[in-house]
Amino acid sequence: MRGNFSTITKMLSASVVAAGLMMSVPARAADDTIKVGILHSLSGTMAISETTLKDAMLMLIDEQNAKGGLLGKKLEAVVVDPASNWPLFAEKARELISKDKVAAVFGCWTSVSRKSVLPVFSELDNILFYPVQYEGEESERNVFYTGAAPNQQAIPAVDYLMSADGGSVKRWVLEGTDYVYPRTTNKILEAYLKAKGVAPDDIMVNYTPFGFSDWQTEVSAIKKFGSAGKKTAVVSTVNGDANVPFYKELGNQGVKAEDIPVMAFSVGEEELAGLDTAPLVGHLAAWNYFESVDTPENKKFIADWHKFIKNDKRTTNDPMEAHYIGFNMWVKAVEKAGTTDPDKVIDAMVGVSVPNLTGGYSTMMPNHHITKPVLIGEIQADGQFETVSRTPGLVMGDEWSDYLPDSKDLISDWRAPLSCGNFNVATGKCGGKGTN
Amino acid sequence: MRRQGNQLILPGLDRQAHAQDRVRPDGFLHCPDAQFNLQGYQKPMNVFRAIGLTLLFLLTTLSSSGAAEADLRAIIAKFATAKGFSETGVVVHELAATGDAAVERPLAALADGNLYVRQADSLVFVGKETGETVALFDPLSGKASGEAAKGDVTKIKVNNTLRRAIRDALGTLTLGAKDPAARIAAADTMFKTPDAANIEPLDSAIASETVASVKALLEQARAASILVSDRPEADKLAAVALISARGDRDAVSLLTSVEASASGAVKDAAAAAIANINSTLAFWDAGQNIWYGISLGSVLLLAAIGLAITFGVMGVINMAHGEMVMLGAYTTFVVQQVIRTSFPGLFDWSLVIALPLAFLVAALVGLVIERGVIRFLYGRPLETLLATWGVSLILQQAVRSIFGPTNQEVGNPSWMSGSFDVGQLAITWNRLWILVFALSVFAVLLYVMKRTPWGLQMRAVTANRRMAASMGIKTPWVDALTFALGSGIAGIAGVALSQIDNVSPNLGRGYIIDSFMVVVFGGVGNLWGTLVGAFSLGILNKFLEPYAGAVLGKIVVLVLIILFIQKRPRGLFALKGRAVEA
Repeated sequence: MRGNFSTITKMLSASVVAAGLMMSVPARAADDTIKVGILHSLSGTMAISETTLKDAMLMLIDEQNAKGGLLGKKLEAVVVDPASNWPLFAEKARELISKDKVAAVFGCWTSVSRKSVLPVFSELDNILFYPVQYEGEESERNVFYTGAAPNQQAIPAVDYLMSADGGSVKRWVLEGTDYVYPRTTNKILEAYLKAKGVAPDDIMVNYTPFGFSDWQTEVSAIKKFGSAGKKTAVVSTVNGDANVPFYKELGNQGVKAEDIPVMAFSVGEEELAGLDTAPLVGHLAAWNYFESVDTPENKKFIADWHKFIKNDKRTTNDPMEAHYIGFNMWVKAVEKAGTTDPDKVIDAMVGVSVPNLTGGYSTMMPNHHITKPVLIGEIQADGQFETVSRTPGLVMGDEWSDYLPDSKDLISDWRAPLSCGNFNVATGKCGGKGTN
Repeated sequence: MRRQGNQLILPGLDRQAHAQDRVRPDGFLHCPDAQFNLQGYQKPMNVFRAIGLTLLFLLTTLSSSGAAEADLRAIIAKFATAKGFSETGVVVHELAATGDAAVERPLAALADGNLYVRQADSLVFVGKETGETVALFDPLSGKASGEAAKGDVTKIKVNNTLRRAIRDALGTLTLGAKDPAARIAAADTMFKTPDAANIEPLDSAIASETVASVKALLEQARAASILVSDRPEADKLAAVALISARGDRDAVSLLTSVEASASGAVKDAAAAAIANINSTLAFWDAGQNIWYGISLGSVLLLAAIGLAITFGVMGVINMAHGEMVMLGAYTTFVVQQVIRTSFPGLFDWSLVIALPLAFLVAALVGLVIERGVIRFLYGRPLETLLATWGVSLILQQAVRSIFGPTNQEVGNPSWMSGSFDVGQLAITWNRLWILVFALSVFAVLLYVMKRTPWGLQMRAVTANRRMAASMGIKTPWVDALTFALGSGIAGIAGVALSQIDNVSPNLGRGYIIDSFMVVVFGGVGNLWGTLVGAFSLGILNKFLEPYAGAVLGKIVVLVLIILFIQKRPRGLFALKGRAVEA
């Protein structure tokens, strides 16, 4: 028996080694290609969201190669799987940069995975494109943030709810999953709401664990809070898996969007795909992109995506657009710099402007955040969002929130001569510290 | 008020219109037949057209508003030029103010996002999207008016604020509806959005109302309206008393706003009423916590009951238990998928069909795991733990490769959707069914374990393997079948859990820790222990949650369990006897 078992183990380990060799073969095969790293979890909890982004990147790289590649060379994707394991993100990032010698990396989803790879990117001096909305309070030389900063999502969303169109909301429930993004975002929102004259009694903050599935108490607390005779809304930073049971409970307990709308920052087309949205019509989400946006660029992008993934039912979403913008910016910057050398590309990135999918241009700002329009959408019965409000112009990502006492004096500008991600305008020194 | 004048003078006409209507659960009038099944609708329309015309004549003479069709059309045409939600809202109000029952069709269509403007001539139509074309219908008569390409018509956008305005507007119009549910919805809307102008129509509606329960609601709506009117204080005090008797959250909500704006005796009465209702509600809150706890307990029981067999009875630390639950949920998904494409009529039966299949799938996988991995590792708990952990990863990734990493949609059958009220307690149907289901699974399992020969053999093997073997029991097969039974039960738990949770490859992860917690707390090897453990943990959790929050609540529960296990290492109901430790 024991012998059998060890044979099996040997065979297993042999095949693992073989698989490893196979994975790294294409990476070493050709020197006349430019390698692009894709650092998204393909297994574990986050695979649900990140796998799509890996596929989107592969599609973008394919398309670029069809257009003739970059600097006369073909692009080559190097895909690794950090398996939703935060320390493994750092290891895999190191592997991509030192072993595979990639020119840039597109990846990460959760803030903790980003924080975990930051030291690797600054030590080995490479570039990370981060495509997900996040809590801000960060600006790194080696990172380009193509997702939304809080002022590109949370603040306009709250503004909409406060407006007459949004229902003149007076009472607020800030419901979130218990980790850094919701906590920081809610801190900013609380400060913002108070600055707008909302009484502390009219704000309820509540956190639930990751993957929470029993929302009965929370939903009935929301109903109770909403019965104080003032228009109430829920601002939800509930993340990932917990959303489906949350919305199911809302539907079952009869919380209607006309009475208590829920504005979500982490619910996109992908998350709604697992839900019957008929009871949810009218609940809201704030993003910089919706699949339903009617522009020629977006139509083409969706058609390409369906063709690439060979499935007409797969949705597109905001982080995919962020990668679309980020990848095109990188291509443009490399062409501008004439090299893939990260140092030169980082300098060339600022000011690069590319079309986004919502009918405008996004520009990389000196703080390594981009300009985007902010869209507010209502959930429709077909699982799509209908845009009900759109900022008139583009909003520039503000990394250091103006509403937090720790970070309101900080700015970021990576151009020479300042070249600092946390310059304190009050003290005139580089090296301020924000919240979190 | 003009609107109610027409409404009440012409009950015959608008009741006829309502006869075809269906009230959606959210209170909107929805006219699927009227819009899209014109044959069924027009017949009564024709029959009543003559009467309708006569009544219309009467209407124009009796009421100065004279909501003639041309006027309505003129107002509806304004939708084409209205910019933004606020201007559309103004048109909605104008339309509602005519009080003509005919405006229901365009308003309901607008609320559903089915009102379109044809770009060529700026005419407004009710539309039904079919692929790339939109079938157009006249907004008033509902007559088919041809088709248009999607690009040639613009959908009039609605948002929550508008939908709410439409709901309120329709509320007044449906007071005279034939269907009591429509009248209840109308009364409810008017209660939540009190308006002094509503008193008069409500008075007439109350006078003609025959159903006692609807009448009570109408009176409450009238009381709400009186509170915002300039009626004398005595009326208002009576209104406060009436609303106070209602005793629910909506009453508190209304009285709170009254308290804020009123003065003198009314303010005091409102404050007293609020305090009174709140003290009753506090009592109901406790009841609600118990119900939530029982409901959470039933979920825990379902998740843990399979483990109570594999871990509790057999002593196998099965980390792949959660994945068996997940396989059950995916089986449900596949069954629903097949039903959706081939037998749509059977959808309400999907869960019943999925149950045996989920049991078989999970049991089969369990059998393979036992024969393939676990049987080599009996008596080596650490290795079992690692091996089953590996199996769980393999299963997760296999499902991920086959079905994709995203959530799959598992629908609720109609009998599992929505909720009903017991006093001030809202009980959702899906939770209730899950509770019933969990208890029946438990009962069946208990029967199998205690009353069947197989159960006897299982217990014999667990108690003393050698002795059982020497009595002629084929212990390897009992092991395999027991493990398959535990896995199969986890599979049917997955069918139930697919109704309240995500169906994703990670589904099992969320339940594995809780399941072990329940089994260990309840006492390893004792099914009753699992039952009591699940419900006490559920109720404890739900009592802590409102005070400590979900995160802290869970931590407190864990700490309490650790302390409890220190005191009683073998759980609530320790198995007594001469069981030989493996």
